This record gives sequence, C-alpha cells and structure tokens, in this order.
Amino acid sequence: MSEFLQHLVNMLVLGGTYALLGIGLTLIFGIMNVVNFTHGVLYTFGAYIMFIVVQQLGLNFFLALPVAVLAGWLLGAAIELTLLRPLRGSDIDTTMLVMIGAWIAMQSGALWIWGGVAKSVTTPFPEAPLVLGPVSVSWLRLFVLAAAALLILVTYLLINRTSLGRAMRATFQDHDTAALMGVNVDMIYTSTFAIGSSLAAAAGALLGPVYVIFPQMGDLAAVKAFAIVILGGLGNITGAVIGGFILALAEELGAGYVSSGYRDAMGFLIIIAVLIFKPTGLFARAERVG
Amino acid sequence: MTRVLGLVRTIALTTALVGGTAGAQTIKIGVNEPLTGAFAASGTYVVNGAKIAADEINAKGGVLGKKIELVIEDNKSNPTEAAAVAEKLITSDKVPVLMGAWGSSLTLAVMPKLMEYETPMVVETSSSGKITTTGNPFIFRISPPSAVEAAAFKGIVDKLALKKVDFLVINNDWGRGTAEDFSKMMKEKGIAVGLVETMDQGAQDMSAQLSKIKNSDSETVIVTTAVDQLTLIFKQAAALGLKKRIITTGGSQNPDQIIAQAGAAANGTMHLTTFLPWFPDKTPNPEATNYFITEWKKRGFEFAGCTESFRGYDGIRTAAAAIEKAGKAEPAAIKAALWDINIKGLNGDIVFRKSGPEGKESGQSQPNVYLIEINDGKVGLKTL
Repeated sequence: MSEFLQHLVNMLVLGGTYALLGIGLTLIFGIMNVVNFTHGVLYTFGAYIMFIVVQQLGLNFFLALPVAVLAGWLLGAAIELTLLRPLRGSDIDTTMLVMIGAWIAMQSGALWIWGGVAKSVTTPFPEAPLVLGPVSVSWLRLFVLAAAALLILVTYLLINRTSLGRAMRATFQDHDTAALMGVNVDMIYTSTFAIGSSLAAAAGALLGPVYVIFPQMGDLAAVKAFAIVILGGLGNITGAVIGGFILALAEELGAGYVSSGYRDAMGFLIIIAVLIFKPTGLFARAERVG
Repeated sequence: MTRVLGLVRTIALTTALVGGTAGAQTIKIGVNEPLTGAFAASGTYVVNGAKIAADEINAKGGVLGKKIELVIEDNKSNPTEAAAVAEKLITSDKVPVLMGAWGSSLTLAVMPKLMEYETPMVVETSSSGKITTTGNPFIFRISPPSAVEAAAFKGIVDKLALKKVDFLVINNDWGRGTAEDFSKMMKEKGIAVGLVETMDQGAQDMSAQLSKIKNSDSETVIVTTAVDQLTLIFKQAAALGLKKRIITTGGSQNPDQIIAQAGAAANGTMHLTTFLPWFPDKTPNPEATNYFITEWKKRGFEFAGCTESFRGYDGIRTAAAAIEKAGKAEPAAIKAALWDINIKGLNGDIVFRKSGPEGKESGQSQPNVYLIEINDGKVGLKTL
C-alpha cells in the first residue's frame, strides 16, 4: 500500500510538468494548425537559460524562472516572425519540414555552444525530503508542481478571461470570420506561438534543475508532449492537462507493477489504444464541421 | 570541356598528393567514443585521457619515427552511429587500428565492421562478457568484463553480510550483463536476488523503480550505469527516503562527481572501480599514475574524470605499443603485434590472453578491480 501511495505522489509531481509541456504544444496546434517540432528545443532552451542565470551569472534561482519564461517567449516570437509568417498559407507538410529543420539547427546550436556533457543547476531547496508517513517527496519537486499548476491556471485564465484569449478562441474556431470581425490574426498567431513557446521554456526551466541539462534533453520531452496532445485531443487545453496526468500515471504504474524496462512504452500503448478507439482524443468536444 | 577535365584532374592529383603526404607523416589511430547523448561525460573524459597519451608519445618522438594522430569521432551514444563511425574511420580516414567504443552495446555494434574490414580495436571501457566470448579476433580488451568484477566482489560479500540484493541496471548489454553475472555469483554464495529493475539509457526519472525497491525486503541495491544517471539516482533515492546500502559497478561512476552533486546522499555508498587516482601509491604503477594525474590537472580537467579518462590513456598507449612492435602501420601486423605487447598500464600490466572460441579468440587483459566506500564526503579503500 505504501508503495502504491508513493507511486501516486510521483505521478502527481510528474503529471504537473507533463501537463505544462502538453498545453504549450496543443495551443499552437489548435490555433495555428502548426505541428511544432521546435517544442522540445524550446524546453531545452528554458533549461539552459536557468543554467546561465543561476550557475554562470550567479543570480537567484527564483529570478531565473521568469527570465527563462520571457526568453522562451522572445525566441518563440522570433521563430514565428522569421519562419512561420512567410509560410502562412503553405500546406501543413511544408511547415512541418521547416520546423524539423529549425529543431535540428537549434539543437546543433545548443551542442555547439554548451557541448554534449550534461550540466546541472543548484537549487535553494533542502536536500532532505518532506516525509509524510510512508510517502516522501523532495521540496524541489513540490515547488515544481506548484509552479506548474500556477502556470497552467494563468494560461487557462488568459485564454478564457481576457480579450486576447477571446480573440485566440475566435481565431481557433474560424480565422477568416475572426479576421472579418477585426481580429488582427497575424498578431494572434505570433502571440499564440510565443505563449506556447514560453510554456515549453518554463517546463524546461522547472525540470532542468530536477534532472540534468544537455542538448538532446528535449527530444524525449517532445515525444511525451505529442503523446499528451494526442491523448487529450488536438487543441484541447483541459484535455492536455488531464492527458499529462494520465501519461504520468501509466508510466508510474507500468514501471511499478508491470516492468520498468517498458516504462516509456506504457504511455505509447495508451496512445495506440486512443488512436484506434477514440481518434479525436479522450476529451474531444463535438466540433463544427465546415 | 577538355580544359575543365584537365583542371579537375589537376585538382584531384594535387589533393591526392597533398593528402598522401599528410597521411605519410603521421600514423592515425581511430577513436570512436560517445561525445554527445547519454554517455557524453564519460566519452569526453576518455578522449581527453587519450590526448594525454598521444601528446606524451609524440613528445618522445612518436612511433616508428612518426607522430601519432588521433582521429576522433562521436558515436552519439548510439549503436547504429558507432558502427557508421567505425566504417568511416576505417574506409575514409584509413586508420589501421581503433580504440572504442565506450559502451558494451556500442562496441558490440562496431564488432561486425572490424571483421568486415579486418581492423583491430582496443576496447577501453566496455564490460559485457559477450564482447570477448563470441569469437571476434579483432577485439583486444583492457577493461574488466563484468564476470571479473563479480569474481573480485565475491571476496567481500561475507564481510558485508549481504542477505538479499535488488538490481537497478541500465537497459542495455552492459547493465543486463552485469545483473546476470552478479546474480550468478550471489546465488553461488547463497545470497537471495530480489528485484531486477531496468532503466532506459536516456531516462531521467527513476522514481518509479526506486519506489519499488524502497518497498522490497532486500537490504542492498546493486546499481549499474554511467555517472550522469547515477547522480540522478542518488538524488532521487534520497528524495524518496530510500535507506538501503547502494553498491555501484562498472567503473564509470566518477565518485568525486557523485560526492559533489549528490552530497550527503553519497555517504555510505560503495563503488567497484578499476582505477585508484586517490591513492596513487596503491596502484600497480605509481610513477605512471602520478604522471597522468599531474598532466590531467595541468590541463584543467576535473579530478573526478580521472577514473574514466585513464582508460583512454591506457588504450592509446596499448595501440601505439602495438604499432611500434608491428614495425608498420598496417591492420594485420598491428593485430598480430597486440598479442606480443606487455606495457605497464595504470591499472596493471596490459598483456592479452586468449578468450572465446578456439581459432578466433579475442584478446583480454587482466586489470585490477577495487572497492571504494564514500564516508563523510571522502573516498576510502575497502580491501577485497
């Protein structure tokens, strides 16, 4: 029983960051119809910003987090303006190829700048974990969970309670009509991509110090983000949050009770099942066609 | 058209001549190591050690009157890449001998290429038994196979009063091979083997495996993987409140790095290593060890890397000694000469003995294995 409780706690901690990874990607796909292959690199980028600010500049850990989010926002806006805007109206395959190119170029850039050897970031949290009966969890991980929850909440409010969010939702439903109603669609696209990117960078900035930082760290994260988006339904933010926790649960219980060798396979088995039985995702709403 | 062709021919000829002369001035040794991916830290250390050996040899006049030149390629911690890199080094760079490929799965992937091109390779790190038992006569290994590690460890299991052990190993030939060889030895000693948990080489979160181990009825965990993943395991084990005795194998732990990054979580852990940079006087070849450590520090590398980098140093010295003995930089002659060398390695004499099926034996030298314990952030030697 205590093992099961520990697995549940691990799931919560892991799921929060998975959800954060998923919403950034689903937002961009839902609104822009762009499969963002740079998502993983933006995650890596956020982690390296933490490394630069905390380890190389010696600044405060908590100050580094907003810096990483802002840097992710700026890099995302730059990618949108230089690569995606000129491709507006091209088919999804062309955009996808360009994004794959950007992913490889940026990952090689990170390798060139920082080298292949993993870096780590020191945190202000105590080494001794928080122990609650049979269950224990590190303070850093609790902080990461809280920060992820806060970011998810802020994103939710931004989309559902602000005029920018209303414009984003309108563009999502029908961008021609939204443009006719006076929505600056170009601006919405840039903002959406920048917000999605800053969420990926935030996830990297939060998880970099938990794990180690290296140029290819984003690859596995991106694969998981895609899995979460498929689970939750493309463009569905609530679905991505729940999808993140489902993936974490599947991995924890799969590794704990089936076989740890297939830990990363568990999530993908669920995805195959979802694609066969409910291809629009577990939480798809009825969609207007045409 | 003729003029263009003529020009092309001139360029081709010049390139061949210049290339040819450059090739004749140096003797190349191919280095196939992971410089990116999961084993980047370890591979980089090995390459830095290899460079120290090359510089030392060249400062003394090189081999056969020529300087040696290391052609270093990154195998990306990926077996497919490791095989491609070996092919490139042999066919394009025309190296007569290689050193590599760090990981067991990487080395195993390279081995068919060695057969295909009949080029020998000095294996500096890999520990899977399969490497020297499958009948590849181009393999010359200076690192201990996991069965040798297990045998060395046998002497101390009574002293440690082991009753039941769990394993947490990297899910590749190295990890699974270690779990197999150590389980066999444990069972012979009457020690029960509990869980055998694995992790992907790129995995960063081992909490699920560790939670399972935390709740098992064993008192000891044997962990096999490289330094980056080990550091994460120590941190995550501490976060989960795992209080079992942790013993690591494989010699790629960089204990000082674990002390630096895992802090208090490292205390009480034991590690099977293949080099003792902390106690140069206790190594089989103190003079060479001291030279190597001084040179390593002079180049500004972290001391923690010594336990890994010495392999590259010994590997290149092995290859260079064979070239010298062969009298020419040709694969077949070097392969024959590798059987006759006897050099003082940092971890014992490097002399190859036959291993594997008759007629196509691989070479295996007999390096030492040590058990160290970390206490109060310091490394101490345990007698095996």
